[in-house]
Amino acid sequence: MSEAIKVKSLTKSFGPIPAVREVSFDVNHGEVLGFLGPNGAGKSTTMKMITGFLEPTSGTVEVNGYDVLENPLAVKKSIGYLPEGAPAYGEMTVKSFLNFIADIRKMSGASRQKRIDEVIERINIRNVYDQSIETLSKGYKRRVGIAQAILHNPSTLILDEPTDGLDPNQKHEVRNLIKEMAEEKAIIISTHILEEVDAVCSRAIIIASGELLFNGTPTELIAKSDRNDIDHAFRLVTTGKSDANKEPTS
Amino acid sequence: MSTLFSIYKREFTSYFVTPVAYVFIVIFLFMTGIFTFYLGAFYESNQADLEPFFRFHPWLYLFLIPAISMRLWSDERKSGTIELLMTLPVSITDAVVGKYLAAWSFTAVALFLTFPMWITVNYLGDPDNTVILASYIGSLVMAGGFLAIGSCISAFTKSQVIAFVISVVISFMFILSGFPMVLDLFQGWAPQAIVDAIASFSFLTHFTSIKKGVIDIRDVIYFGALITFWLYVNVVVIEAKKAS
Repeated sequence: MSEAIKVKSLTKSFGPIPAVREVSFDVNHGEVLGFLGPNGAGKSTTMKMITGFLEPTSGTVEVNGYDVLENPLAVKKSIGYLPEGAPAYGEMTVKSFLNFIADIRKMSGASRQKRIDEVIERINIRNVYDQSIETLSKGYKRRVGIAQAILHNPSTLILDEPTDGLDPNQKHEVRNLIKEMAEEKAIIISTHILEEVDAVCSRAIIIASGELLFNGTPTELIAKSDRNDIDHAFRLVTTGKSDANKEPTS
Repeated sequence: MSTLFSIYKREFTSYFVTPVAYVFIVIFLFMTGIFTFYLGAFYESNQADLEPFFRFHPWLYLFLIPAISMRLWSDERKSGTIELLMTLPVSITDAVVGKYLAAWSFTAVALFLTFPMWITVNYLGDPDNTVILASYIGSLVMAGGFLAIGSCISAFTKSQVIAFVISVVISFMFILSGFPMVLDLFQGWAPQAIVDAIASFSFLTHFTSIKKGVIDIRDVIYFGALITFWLYVNVVVIEAKKAS
């Protein structure tokens, strides 16, 4: 297990508003790290800083030995990233879009087409391969985004809400895919679905209001709740109350 | 394949998968026709040259080029693809130049499609074809100048409408600065050197001299410097505010 991502006291402020405060964690190859937290907690902002899209106000990010500020291109080469909302060029067909990504990723020769075929089979997008992306449903768009991120078989994957907008079967598929890839890759996913963390993640991090509140295994997170309920544990960590829905009595 | 070329290829082909390209080309050809034959009095002048055709190019470009350039970066911002593009292993310079060259090539295609005009004038008379060639080159280079301004402006905003309007205004100033009515404002009191400097900023001054059939190195340097400057600012703007 070698270290893939090292985040050290990462801070980002937008003007006077701190979005991420002094967040530090590591991810090793072979690990799937689940990013949890309420909306607007700083999950996406942290991911954007790791992938080099946003510049941190302070702190450092190292990906596979490269500092993201000093060597952004090397970092970008070694990671696959699914941005929030899976943006893609709508007027392009899935085929031309994936070929564009393959061009940019400098994939060539016989292995290139083989890899594209492999990915579209694995992600199940063969039947929309010649359709333009803007005509696709939310679930297909998301899967095209995942295909784009894993196309060059990166050693490090950062997926912002990879199962958002998918139906239960597709969610299951994507979780299986993540588990399969987990053996040799370092993967960060963000999600709102807590059972997903239990199902695919080897470690979970909870961020709320920009601060890191929990860093441990899903089992440790569940153990925080006396009811052995991960939802309950999440509420405990993020709100500090044993039950956020119930007014404290006294 | 270099990343610059990959970006270029994607951008250039994307013009032709949407109706944008065809609408633009049809309107461009239609407008050049109207300007040449009605406003330019092509027949009435009884001269076998394309001067009435080229005379109106700066004015056509003033509105049509911002219509092409407005989407270059605004659209990336609006649809969020800028995040995808900027997290791929692509340098910002490659992305800016690749997109710019694709838009420029597209205007070159539109300009090329005016060749029936050239055939017509050769059929009707015996024009000086080296002058026509120089004018075409001058027109294309001037289009490149307009495009560089538009590309840079579109990097500032999510809104294509804002990008369009501001690009038209700035381009208009670059045309206007060679006009007598602007120069007269300065003529009375400012030293001649300043009046010349203002005039030399104008697209018209440089285009008019190329249009006469002489490609002067100073005109080439002017457009080259202008394009480089705006694209450089474009890179700086994307670098600084790609995420905002």
